[in-house]
Amino acid sequence: MNASPTTMTAGELKWELPTRGHVGMFALIAGEASIFVIFVVAYIYYIGKSLTGPMPREALEVPIFFTICLLSSSITIHLAVKALRRADVRSFGRWWLLTIALGAAFLYGTAREWQRLIYTVGLTISTNLFGTTYYSLVGLHGFHVVVGLILLSAVMAFTFLGHVRHEHTYRVDVLSLYWHFVDAVWVVVFTVVYIIGR
Amino acid sequence: MSTIAFPGAPAISRPFVDRVHEWLTTVDHKRLGILYIGFALTFLIIGGIEATIMRAQLVVPHNDLVSPQVFNRMFTMHGTTMIFFVAMPIVFGFANYLLPLMIGARDMAFPRLNAFSFWLTAFGGLLLYFSLLGASGLYGAGNAPDVGWFAYAPLTSQTFSRGHSTDFWTLSLLVSGIGSIGTAINILTTILCLRCPGMTLGKMPLFAWLILVMSVLVLLAVGPLTAAQIMLTIDRYLGGHFFDTQAGGSAVLWMHFFWIFGHPEVYVLVIPAFAIVSEIIPVFSRKAIFGYPFMVAATIAIGFLAVAVWAHHMFTVGLSSNANTFFVMATMAIGVPTGIKIFNWLATLWGGKILFKTPMLFCLAFLFQFLIAGLTGIMLSAAPFDWQLGNSYFVVAHFHYVIVGGILFAVFAGFYYWFPKMSGRMISETVGRLHFVLFLIGFHMTFDFMHVPGLLGMPRRIYTYEPGRGWDIWNLIVTTGVAFQAAAILVFVSGLVWAYFRGKPAGNDPWDAWTLEWATSSPPTPYNFAAIPVVRSRRPLWDLKHPEDPDWKYDQ
Repeated sequence: MNASPTTMTAGELKWELPTRGHVGMFALIAGEASIFVIFVVAYIYYIGKSLTGPMPREALEVPIFFTICLLSSSITIHLAVKALRRADVRSFGRWWLLTIALGAAFLYGTAREWQRLIYTVGLTISTNLFGTTYYSLVGLHGFHVVVGLILLSAVMAFTFLGHVRHEHTYRVDVLSLYWHFVDAVWVVVFTVVYIIGR
Repeated sequence: MSTIAFPGAPAISRPFVDRVHEWLTTVDHKRLGILYIGFALTFLIIGGIEATIMRAQLVVPHNDLVSPQVFNRMFTMHGTTMIFFVAMPIVFGFANYLLPLMIGARDMAFPRLNAFSFWLTAFGGLLLYFSLLGASGLYGAGNAPDVGWFAYAPLTSQTFSRGHSTDFWTLSLLVSGIGSIGTAINILTTILCLRCPGMTLGKMPLFAWLILVMSVLVLLAVGPLTAAQIMLTIDRYLGGHFFDTQAGGSAVLWMHFFWIFGHPEVYVLVIPAFAIVSEIIPVFSRKAIFGYPFMVAATIAIGFLAVAVWAHHMFTVGLSSNANTFFVMATMAIGVPTGIKIFNWLATLWGGKILFKTPMLFCLAFLFQFLIAGLTGIMLSAAPFDWQLGNSYFVVAHFHYVIVGGILFAVFAGFYYWFPKMSGRMISETVGRLHFVLFLIGFHMTFDFMHVPGLLGMPRRIYTYEPGRGWDIWNLIVTTGVAFQAAAILVFVSGLVWAYFRGKPAGNDPWDAWTLEWATSSPPTPYNFAAIPVVRSRRPLWDLKHPEDPDWKYDQ
């Protein structure tokens, strides 16, 4: 028995629900945000509690250029999705590639900073509390950038192979939400690590 | 439930390997629900055996049934198993099985994510128990985790926890936590995006509403646990100092992080229990639920308060008096929405035509026991009282009253209520009543009397005690109750197995109920509904059965 327990037809109702991709992604973002909140709280709690150096002020340089790179990638991915929405696949591909380049530049910046910290300043994850909290928080964010870049690159590969078309706007749009989230987290991390904590 | 018998179709029996393969690769929400429930029942038996070993050790003073080391492993494994691999999977199992059926959908929003989440949880459980084989490593430093289920720092540091037992604990919670987040995302999306036409949020079954709040809490609460486990792993393997007091780190920070997860977790488990009770009590009172909007509002209020009370687990640490005051007030405030719920259930019963079937018996016991558990909770929420009784057997009795007397009784009610839908067969009333009576006796013997040695000063987690402190007789009674509980579980499991093979056919709607799952066949077809239903009120099947007096004629 699969009776439809109803006294009205489906036509009588206008029935629209939110799309599951967006809701699912927002739920993922909520869960991820709660992980980041704990790392940020730990960072703030341990500011100035290190027993030995090096301290943030002598170790850190503010990565203004690479921050601009990452934040502007939010604009380029937005333009990419907008291009796909009006079925302009070529323009979509260009903006998408630029987004990946900006994200990769940011990662390169992090790598260079870590290299300098480890070999020149002598700060590792086990040196002091600052090292532990700094590498964990920035590393957790960097890990999310890496995951984002892998996903973006997959879409890029499909674009080159000609598999991305106008009807995929919805999926690309959901993915762009994740990228915006990664950028927004950097605003918090940047503020906490390079402004408040320094 | 794997095959659907179409009338006249020849019965096809496929090879055993094929059937196993089907279960291992399934993405069907009903099968995954049953996998969750079967997984949880297996671990319920294992966790129960661990509890039995502890109670056997404590039955008389100066007992030497197990060594102190083994005792530590038993209470750690018991706690971790029961919370993460019994209570959560069983809740997720019921949610998985029932939600799409109740909201008129054909599956969850992300079926493959659903399977992925289940297998992560299963892998986490196996990882925890693999520690018995793998944890001693090269150190010969003992197997199975022994740091307690909340694993306070600095006991978990490399210095004090040699070998890999703590790592198995950490990784198993990390892995199953990611599975839980996946399930929560799935549940949330399913409820918000897949409701059948006409089912506005205000017309959802209360079950769906409560599971929605539960999944939001999972999203907010499991993240901190995951973060804390990552930090602990960094401390243990990369030489980090998060919880290393020698390098300026804080052991209390771990407590905060753990309980920011730990207290909402209580509501993650108890809200689904509320959900089950809110479905069963109306059906067996033959009345619609009383105060539906207030039930929803109270649940949301509980959800908000749940994330603001964690430090009541930490009064004995010595928080500032401002913090103490805040957490005392917030904790006591939870009594208000919870009280609203209890009164609403009572008002549903009031004037109803109550049918004392097994599911209803468990629900009525739930009402009574959950009230007592709430009252001891209010006692412990007063910081000075907690300073006296924190970490005593009074606390152990209190939270077992919540988890066993509240949650487990509700889950048993859910089993008796929905097993006919899942299997197509009834569990016999005789078995149900025997199970109920035995478990009720066992539960009250164990957990009522457990409060007393706590009041008399018996701390939790001690492996033995001196005679002549006045604790002896109480411990004897507590352990005797375990025998009744074990017998009850045996009756329950054998009753389930017997019903599965020999039970009376259930039909589609054995309880004359009102929600959409009873409109499908028992067990439901893989696609659930041949045509997606359209609903017009909170009780679509009432409307169907009583076209002369449907619910939607009245303002809701």
